[in-house]
Amino acid sequence: MRSFETEKTQVEEFDRSIYDIKDAANASFEVNSGLTPAIVQKISEEKHDPEWMRLFRLKALQTYNEMPLPSWGPPLDGLDIENIVTYVRPNTPMRGKWSDVPDDIKNTFERLGIPKAERLSLAGVGAQYDSEVVYHNVRAEVAAKGVVYTDIESALTGPYAEMVRKHFMKLVPPTDHKFAALHGAVWSGGSFVYVPPGVSVEIPLQSYFRLNAPGAGQFEHTLIIVDKGAYLHFIEGCSAPKYNVANLHAGCVELFVGEGARLRYSTIENWSKNMYNLNTKRARVEKDGIMEWVSGSFGSHTSCLYPMTILKGENSRMEFTGITFAGNGQNLDTGAKVVHAAPHTTSHISTKSISRDGGISTFRSAVVAAPEAVGSKSAVACESLMIDDRSRSDTIPVMDIRCDDVDVGHEAKIGRISEQAIFYLMSRGLSEDDARALIVGGFAEPIAKELPLEYAVEMNNLIHLEMKGSIG
Amino acid sequence: MKKPLLEIHDLAVSVDDKLILNGVDLSIQKGELHVLMGPNGTGKSTLVSAVMGDPRYAVESGSISFDGKDITDESADARARLGVFLSFQAPEEIPGITLENFLRTAAGAIEGKPMRVLAFQKKLKEQMQVLGMDESYASRYLNVGFSGGEKKKAEILQLLMLRPKLAMLDETDSGLDVDAVKTVSKGIRAYHDEGNSILIITHNAKILEELDVDYVHILENGRITRTGGRELADEILQTGFGALQKEAADA
Repeated sequence: MRSFETEKTQVEEFDRSIYDIKDAANASFEVNSGLTPAIVQKISEEKHDPEWMRLFRLKALQTYNEMPLPSWGPPLDGLDIENIVTYVRPNTPMRGKWSDVPDDIKNTFERLGIPKAERLSLAGVGAQYDSEVVYHNVRAEVAAKGVVYTDIESALTGPYAEMVRKHFMKLVPPTDHKFAALHGAVWSGGSFVYVPPGVSVEIPLQSYFRLNAPGAGQFEHTLIIVDKGAYLHFIEGCSAPKYNVANLHAGCVELFVGEGARLRYSTIENWSKNMYNLNTKRARVEKDGIMEWVSGSFGSHTSCLYPMTILKGENSRMEFTGITFAGNGQNLDTGAKVVHAAPHTTSHISTKSISRDGGISTFRSAVVAAPEAVGSKSAVACESLMIDDRSRSDTIPVMDIRCDDVDVGHEAKIGRISEQAIFYLMSRGLSEDDARALIVGGFAEPIAKELPLEYAVEMNNLIHLEMKGSIG
Repeated sequence: MKKPLLEIHDLAVSVDDKLILNGVDLSIQKGELHVLMGPNGTGKSTLVSAVMGDPRYAVESGSISFDGKDITDESADARARLGVFLSFQAPEEIPGITLENFLRTAAGAIEGKPMRVLAFQKKLKEQMQVLGMDESYASRYLNVGFSGGEKKKAEILQLLMLRPKLAMLDETDSGLDVDAVKTVSKGIRAYHDEGNSILIITHNAKILEELDVDYVHILENGRITRTGGRELADEILQTGFGALQKEAADA
């Protein structure tokens, strides 16, 4: 019998192991695991916080200690915060040139394709390794337009200190939930972006977060302010090698979209499967502003991620496009929330989820229409695909409508791969694995289309990889 | 005698534990064109589905050989790679995959190596012209929102691009208007002229007009009850299966 090689080359070239390469312990400083005022004090000292930030941290810690764990969502039993190292400083100060970044750290980002992407298609890059940003750079022509893209620590003491102080954890206060409080106490790293009025940043900025230290937490803070009539596309990527102990990611993203401004925020999250990804993202949109979210969740052991948009100004809009892929041992609880707080606001939430091999995928949407939201429209559509009988998919839509004159729609579909479709593709020569991967890829295609190209390719590769050997 | 390309021996096939075919024998030589006719529900689609390897159809006994190899237990993709092709009566819709990408993936799977994009696109364009298909179909999702006729044309396009050794066409002409039948028939003829074998299931004469028919088989009650030349098809199309059955009963 002739044997045929049906593997496509792009699949062969891809190997998940690039995410799993661990660098040897290389921290110059880390705090003991667990959380006490002394540890928070120590982090604050190490980071040379301004005084207000030191006090902010201690207050947040108090809030954290007083708050219960959320009473809903996936179980967090495997997460023992007493054993999470909250601060790990890599053995390097922040650099503006890759050649100055230590080899082991630089190679990690090389493998992830960050410097190459920077050369080819990005206006600026920030790279965080464990708790601190190790590289930050923005193209001169973008900086010349007055665009600020820096690590948040520099922003705290630089010319934008007052702006940071005015916005920091104002959209997501530490009292929001227990992990927001934790974030407020131990946050470290992340990016600050300011786009001045009328400035359009034509090519995207990207921050990449890499957690190398086992048993550690990453608590980066991203603060983006897009001023009147400005435009920005910001890309966020995350990954970590797999360890046997739980890691925690409790980042916080605060986005301020000014009048008539537009912000597109794309994320591909591919944390390793020992990660608890309890991330909080929120945007506030002024009059005529547009907020676009594109979100891909592939990794982590447990995720709770529900980016929220507050449509504060008249005529403001939001679009959320998301995909979640839950495999073996994963419980991914994702979704989106929108608050229509002004007249004639529009929201459009469209998500897909795939669960396979015992994975659990839950989609939550919450649409709130305030009494002021006259003439507003909201459409929520979610589609789920279950690959086998052991996997699970749930949809939990919530609507809180306090205004008569709004148009709210919700559509949910849960399906399985049709055996007939698999046979059809196999009758054209595709192996069963490839047929399934093609169908799943097709299901995800409307989302992939929205992603930056290199991430669309990565997502496709991940789907092929995840679908390999999925039969049985 | 030359070894047949397709040899079906004493085949019994059941669907959901119901026996549909019971003792089918059929041989198709390289380059031959066979027509399979029979009343509705006698198992014509079951036969071609079983030859293609649809797992819903269980082979209870008998064998299917292709190109000298027993394929009775082979998976559908293995059969496709050996050169078996089925044009479906109601092909599946696959969202998110364009017709072009799908065809290139399939051609790559069958050739055992990835297709060169530009050469493939050129060939695709040519074949779409042959079938009078608008180029925009190449970038539409596979069969999604295609009309019945467009789906049939897309099936024949796949046939022309993949160039199997045996094409089984399950009522490819149904749902096509007169002009479309002519166009599709031309495509099939070109494929046949290259020395390939064809098995056509049809209820109409139109599609056969342009083609050189070698054999016509009548499938009734799970077996082939009569085999003849083109004249048998003409007879049935004039008088129907009922007359044929009556004739058999009278004899």
